[in-house]
Amino acid sequence: MATMVQAVRMALHYGEEHLGVTDVFGQDVGPPLGGVFTATQGLKTAWNSPLDERGIIGAAMGIAYAGGRPVCEIQFCDYGFNTIDLLKVAGNQRWAGAGNYDMPIVLMTPSGSGIRGSLYHSHSFESWASRLAGWKIVMPSNPLDAYGLMLSAIADPNPVMVLLPKALLRMRGDQLLPGEPANEAALKDMIDAPLGDRTRWQPRWPELGPHFVALGEASLVREGTHATVVSYGRTLPLCAQAADQLRDEDSLEIEVLDLRSIFPYDWSAISRSLEKTGRILIVNEDTEVTNFGEHLLRRVIDEHFYELVVRPRVLMGKHVPGIGLNQEYERNTVPQLPRIKDAMRELATEEA
Amino acid sequence: MRGKSGTLPGNGQARPMTKSASAQVDSHIPAPGSLGTESLPRDRCLELHRIMVRARAMEERMIKMSKSGEGYFWIGGPGEEAFNAALGLLIKKGEGPDFDFLHLHYRNSATMVAMGMPMIDGIRQMAMTATDPHSFGRNFPGHFAFKKWNVTPISSVIENQFVIAPGTAIVQKRRGGDAVTIVVGGESGSAEGDFASCLIWSTRPGNELPVLMIVMNNGWGISTPHGSQHGAKNVIDRGKPFGIPGEVVEGNDPVASWFAIKRALEYCRKERRAYMLEAKVSRLYGHSSSSGAPRSSDPDCIAMFEEKLLVQGWLSQEAIERLHAEAKAEADAAAAQAVQEEKPHKEHVERFTYAPSSVDKVYPGDYTGVPQRIDD
Ligand SMILES: Cc1ncc(C[n+]2csc(CCOP(=O)(O)OP(=O)(O)O)c2C)c(N)n1
Repeated sequence: MATMVQAVRMALHYGEEHLGVTDVFGQDVGPPLGGVFTATQGLKTAWNSPLDERGIIGAAMGIAYAGGRPVCEIQFCDYGFNTIDLLKVAGNQRWAGAGNYDMPIVLMTPSGSGIRGSLYHSHSFESWASRLAGWKIVMPSNPLDAYGLMLSAIADPNPVMVLLPKALLRMRGDQLLPGEPANEAALKDMIDAPLGDRTRWQPRWPELGPHFVALGEASLVREGTHATVVSYGRTLPLCAQAADQLRDEDSLEIEVLDLRSIFPYDWSAISRSLEKTGRILIVNEDTEVTNFGEHLLRRVIDEHFYELVVRPRVLMGKHVPGIGLNQEYERNTVPQLPRIKDAMRELATEEA
Repeated sequence: MRGKSGTLPGNGQARPMTKSASAQVDSHIPAPGSLGTESLPRDRCLELHRIMVRARAMEERMIKMSKSGEGYFWIGGPGEEAFNAALGLLIKKGEGPDFDFLHLHYRNSATMVAMGMPMIDGIRQMAMTATDPHSFGRNFPGHFAFKKWNVTPISSVIENQFVIAPGTAIVQKRRGGDAVTIVVGGESGSAEGDFASCLIWSTRPGNELPVLMIVMNNGWGISTPHGSQHGAKNVIDRGKPFGIPGEVVEGNDPVASWFAIKRALEYCRKERRAYMLEAKVSRLYGHSSSSGAPRSSDPDCIAMFEEKLLVQGWLSQEAIERLHAEAKAEADAAAAQAVQEEKPHKEHVERFTYAPSSVDKVYPGDYTGVPQRIDD
């Protein structure tokens, strides 16, 4: 099975071949490195940019204005803060400009903790991003979704931000992408650049097929009737794992929704599941003040108050300036499996 | 040689840093301090003059609207008409990368008028009508967006156009042809990092870009004199280490501006590289309506041009007055019509947020507010 980063790379290749991608660019995105996480190795439209995040976003906007379809990368979302006002403009220009111009750009950027990244390789970005009206924001939690969300991000004529959970980039899924060779070593041999001299290396791309994950469509990862858990990105597999353990250990059937799109989010899926269970927990690792999960919580309260059987809740990261390098800091700053599992058990078992 | 024929010289393209291939033509009025011998024929001068007068009349009508309550806020281009009218006439106008891309600032109304924008379209934005083609009644005046002419949306965020411009130029360079990207901003805004980004991105070795960077230097950033914050003699001197040629031009002189812009555009079109222009201009009504838009005593490019046209005998005092009266009448009529046009209504708040998408389950069409429950 492909890793998430291989899936992203294959999606970009598919985008170049079938969806009109004209440019894949950013810092160290072109040869020889092909991205610090290898997401852009071997891509025919990949190029290196100056070390200038504002320049990267601006160039993508300009390329789109002139009819191109760019995918740009901010190397780590932690370095995207100085682009916020440009992201605002990318998101508002169509609205402010009476619909004169579309803005078909994709911004992909690794987000969140889990790689022992200390202060500046551990930030979450989705709560900031969710305030950028005019953007669509997605965050996959497995390779197949990464492929499908990236294809949709490329095909959508609006700015789409693809937040890639750093912790999951090397994780493998349990489903093949359309056209992916079943043999992992064979895939690696075909599309991973060799260590050392790469000047003569060329990828051999598998014959990939389309797979679009619609923007705004959550996926039901575990079915259950006792409680609903909504998550995405790094914490999603932890929620699924906790649900499995609670089913085996405590006979609890907990429904787990992978939101996949932060905006537009799948309110229908959340609302329907909550109607069934009356209990909801939202899990992410962004900081607490203020957190995108709180918006979902507010809607839960506004629209489902009388169907709730216990208080709804959000499990999230601590409101601290950063994540410290010593793992004691990281473990105690963002939700980990034991805390998630405890929270899920409490949610499902609290007396109504 | 007064009368119908002849040409009018500019006040001199001061301090050209590149060799110009200017034509040798008869000049009939010695321009004080002129280094050049370039001059424009009568028809072109009269065309420029009329654009300048019409653009001024449109702006002055809008200033009135900001005071009368027909509009709320005014910002615009009085004092930049000479340069901007010439720019508008020299643009390769059209849609898509085979034509020039324009990343303008909020004082470029004369450029738009020169390109053919009817006055009423500028005034509709001031009147915040639903018929405003630039912003649907949403943005401040002078914040144009016009896809048919490659005018990308003007944002109030100072200088961000300078990081967007390289993107359109990347596509143009790749395509071949002679279309270029023109980006315009004020001198104080050049302190933003985005200005430096444009220098870097336009001169990547092997990927040099056809970008004309224009700095409209009126000497002020709202209330702060430029010289109190910037030590460099000229803003365009910052292009030197990047090998970007440029010149400082008397932006109050349409003839000097014409030739400076022409040289700049010829360079960008042919060499497919960046060029810089710094136009010394006036700010005739203060920064905006927030400073009361008081008329200043700065040199007025229209009055100065008219003196020359009078001496030249190409316009009489009566003709000048008639042109101003006609332009004022045109602006008044446009304003009278605009204020009666459809205004945005509450159903319009979300419109134009998103382009239709076949891969979006929630917003296959435009934005409709936060996601709602769909039962299927
Ligand atoms: C990024 C940003 N900072 C501050 C402002 C507020 N502001 C609007 S115009 C202006 C001065 C701009 O001066 P200059 O670039 O010389 O252009 P001018 O208005 O003189 O033509 C300022 C500070 C803004 N619009 N954008």
